[in-house]
Formats: sequence, C-alpha cells, structure tokens
Amino acid sequence: MRKAFSNIISKVAKDDKVIFITGDLGFSAFENIQESMKNRFINTGVAEQNMIGVAAGLAHKGYKVFCYSIAPFITYRCLEQIRIDVCFHKLPVFVVGNGGGYGYGIMGATHHSIEDIACMSSMPGMTCYIPSFVEDVETSVLEILESGTPAYLRLGLGKKSPIQQTKPECINTVSSSPEAKITVLALGPIINNIIAAMETEGYKEKVNLFSAVKLPFDNLNAPFLQSIRNTKKLLVVEEHIARGGIAEHIALSLMNKNIHLDKFKSLHALGYPSGLYGDQNYHQAQSGLDTGNIQKTIKEWLTN
Amino acid sequence: MIDQSIYSLQGDLRLKLIEMYHSANAGHIACSLSCIDLMIGALIHHKKEEDSFILSKGHAAASLYVCLNHTGEISNEELKTFYKNGTKLPAHPAANKFTGIPFALGSLGHGFPIAAGIAKANQLKKNTAYSYVLMSDGETNEGTTWEAAHFAVMHKLDNLIVLIDKNGLQGFGHTKDILGDTASEEKWQTLGFEVLSINGHDLEQIINGIDKLKKSKNSKPKVIIGNTVKGKGVSFMENEMKWHYLPLDPGLYQQAVNDIRKQYRA
Repeated sequence: MRKAFSNIISKVAKDDKVIFITGDLGFSAFENIQESMKNRFINTGVAEQNMIGVAAGLAHKGYKVFCYSIAPFITYRCLEQIRIDVCFHKLPVFVVGNGGGYGYGIMGATHHSIEDIACMSSMPGMTCYIPSFVEDVETSVLEILESGTPAYLRLGLGKKSPIQQTKPECINTVSSSPEAKITVLALGPIINNIIAAMETEGYKEKVNLFSAVKLPFDNLNAPFLQSIRNTKKLLVVEEHIARGGIAEHIALSLMNKNIHLDKFKSLHALGYPSGLYGDQNYHQAQSGLDTGNIQKTIKEWLTN
Repeated sequence: MIDQSIYSLQGDLRLKLIEMYHSANAGHIACSLSCIDLMIGALIHHKKEEDSFILSKGHAAASLYVCLNHTGEISNEELKTFYKNGTKLPAHPAANKFTGIPFALGSLGHGFPIAAGIAKANQLKKNTAYSYVLMSDGETNEGTTWEAAHFAVMHKLDNLIVLIDKNGLQGFGHTKDILGDTASEEKWQTLGFEVLSINGHDLEQIINGIDKLKKSKNSKPKVIIGNTVKGKGVSFMENEMKWHYLPLDPGLYQQAVNDIRKQYRA
C-alpha cells in the first residue's frame, strides 16, 4: 500500500497547500515526492511529538499536512499532540501509519500496532481510514483531503481488490449472495485471509463479506444491515486487540439499533500468546487469524 | 520609543489578575505574576495582527486573559466568568473560543512545536509575521523543547521568538534541584539560538530586547531568557513555591493589593 500511497501523494502534492512530513522514514518509497515537493517535503527527524506539533502549526496557517511514520510511532508516541494540538482544533493534519497490525512481522513487538484503532478512533473528531485493498488507499487519501479534518490512515500489505472500488464507506460490500448464512466483517488486509478461506472451501455462496474501511461507524450501510438481519450471524475479523477494535464498535452500533444476533464472534489479535516472535503470518496464526482457523469457524457455524 | 502609558499596565494588570484569582478562589497566582511583564512586552506592545502568540505555560491563563481584556478581545463581563461553570475562560486556555487564543494549552511542552510550525508556515509563505511562544523554565524539562529547538535551528526560523519565564521554581521544587538548568543560556547558545538574557520584569529591557531580536535577520531562531521572580509584586508570594497552588484569603488579598499599589503606584 505504501507504493499506492506514494503515487496518490505525488498527484495531490501539486496543490501547494499540501505538506508532507516524515519522521525519518520512507527510504526507497518517497524519493520521488521528496524531489517533486521540494521544501514542502519535510523530514522532521526521529521526533514524533514535535512532528505533530509542527504539523498543527502549519495547518493553523492554512496548510494540509500529511505526517508519516511506522504506525506505532506516529500513534502512541505522540497521542497527546494528536489529541490536543490537532483534534481539539479540528485541524487538517493527517496521520499516516505504515504496517498496521503485525505488519512489521519479525521486526518485533515495538514495531507492531495492534491497539492503534482503539487509540485513534477515540480521539475527538478523528476519522480512521483502514484500506483493505490497494485501491482503497487512493480513495481514502482523496476523501481525507476533501474533508480537511483530522484523520488516521492505517496502511498494511494490501492486495488488489476483487471488486470495483467506490468512495470509502464505513462498511464496503466485498461479496454477497442471496443464499448467505453468515455475515463476515473484516478490518484491513486481513480480509485476504477470509477471501482465501471462502475460495478454498467453496463457501462463497454461504458468506456475505464486508470490509470496515472507515471509523467511527456513524453510517452503517444498508447492504450490511440487511445481511445482518438475514443471516443473524456475524463474524468479525481484525488484526487488532479486542478492546477498542471494530468488534466492540460494531456490537455497540447494533445494540443501539436494537438489532439482535443469534451468533457473534470476534477473531482478533491476542498479542503474543506464546511469547515468541515471527513474521506477520506467524502472528496472525498465533491469534487464530489465519485462513485455516477462519475456515474452521465458518464451517462450525454452517454445520450448527 | 516606548509609550510611557504601557508601564502603568504592570500594576493595573497585576491588580486585575489577583482580583480574578481572589473571586475564583483559585491558585496559579504566582505563575501569572511571574510572566505578566513578558506578556505586556510581547503580546501587548509588540504583537501585530499577522503575528501569533502562544502561551505554552497554560497554567498562567489568567495573565493571557487580562492581556486580551486590555486589547479588547475579552470583555469585562466575560472576564468575570473566569473559573465559573459555563465559562469560556477555564484555568488553562480552551480551544476555539478567541482569535487571540489560537490553541488550547495546559499540558506542558506543546506550544513550542506549534509555534515552530507557525514560523515554518510563515517562512514557506515568505511573509514577515513573527511567531512568539512563552514557556516556563520548568516546562523546558519536556523533551519536545529539544525536538522543537533542533527543528527551529535546522530550518533557520529567525521569525520565531521564544520567551522563557525563568523564575527558578517549578511544580515541586527548585529547577536546579530537579533536572538542573534546562533553560540555561549556554545550552540554547550551543544549540544555535540567538540568546538574550534579561530582567524579565524590566519592560524597557523586554521591549527593546524583542525589538533587537526582530531586526536580527541572521537565520537563527531567537530566545529571550527572562530572569524573573515567581509571584513578582506581592511580597509574601515572591520566590515561594506554595503560591504556585494556593488561593488568596480576604486578608492576604488586601495585603497583596497594597503591595502592588505600593510597588507599581497603581
């Protein structure tokens, strides 16, 4: 997704009100925009709190500012600057975190961000964008710029989308079938594990698949609500801890709407259950977010 | 030339400040008395409409409120709501209420990076506005001070003027006994700032000092180290840490009024 992000930034950066700040990252990804943006490309060094404060000052004077780093560093390290300097003043500062979830794999726990959605979605007036597919990156960036309000963009290792992309909804429809028995909602590129699970077992007709692209869930779209009402079974899959993740968000939304389910299950990041480390697939499997475990859950629900 | 009438503000605004704190039964009095002269010099005398002024030591909000009352942005009526339920004037400046308060401040170490960002924006736009930020010496404990300082030097922000209210006392002790002198002249000089160390209660030194730094287009960001006395103007508060926190009882309030009247002929 980083390449797609770099491509869309190089397009929107033609607007001389756009500033791109990096916290000393972007080797072999952002050289092009560095060259084309000239003095509007700023490397503020390894100093994330200052980066957000400076961005707020620039935004106050009329600039639209993207701030980029590895997801954990640009969320937890400078959360207070995001809360006060940016969100309290509804400034157009856009926080971009690369490697959401276990994205940085063997780099280790310091580089993972499995609590970022909880933090960022709780910031006042903040909209979170979590592209599932590569194509979602461009539509998200364009909407973020148009909105001009605080935003968090969580990038991961994305694949091409199986569907035609439109504007990012809170919940996008990825696949649906009139015979579906189960509704599955996924956060981010983990959706590819679900797609794989559906294809391997031929479950396509039994599952309606949705991606949660935008938080908060202030507008649950009609096809998703219809699917929930029809199937009464909701499986939520996210590379994020349960607390503050989309399963909690969606549960609250559905209860507020008085929508009842027969079955509800959350598959989510469990942290480091074995205390051992590996690549992104390893950590997904440790948390039961792998294709095999997703298949197993779907199978259980279809047979019971 | 300095307009002589500005000197009367040193007493008048102090009286207004302690009256506000007294009716609110609130603390942070000494913190405001410590920086009020720097604010008269920077915010009231020097600041032009296109400039920005950030009070990073947000706990001295009352000093900001009386200055903006003087400039006409906060009415006398509004000022009376200080600390009361339903006010726009809480103990630390709130967001989105007054043009003269562009940012909510109160958590220390936030104002300097923001002011650096504003200065950077002015530099990019090639406009001549100045960005002022007032910090406390205790506040320079915060790591963001050193992040922002390096940023300001690297980007040659000579349109940025940092004012440090150096009263030598912080939340729970003397700065020299806590982390040492994080507001020392040598440190800021070594970083690459143009440094001016002055008496932070002498309006002539403050106004002329800022004037000198504004004219100095040498690609160096500026810092004024204002050597101050916490609680300045009220004898029993001066250099007493407890007056960071305590409110005034009626007897002490009268004594404070008398002290200020005597010292400033207000």
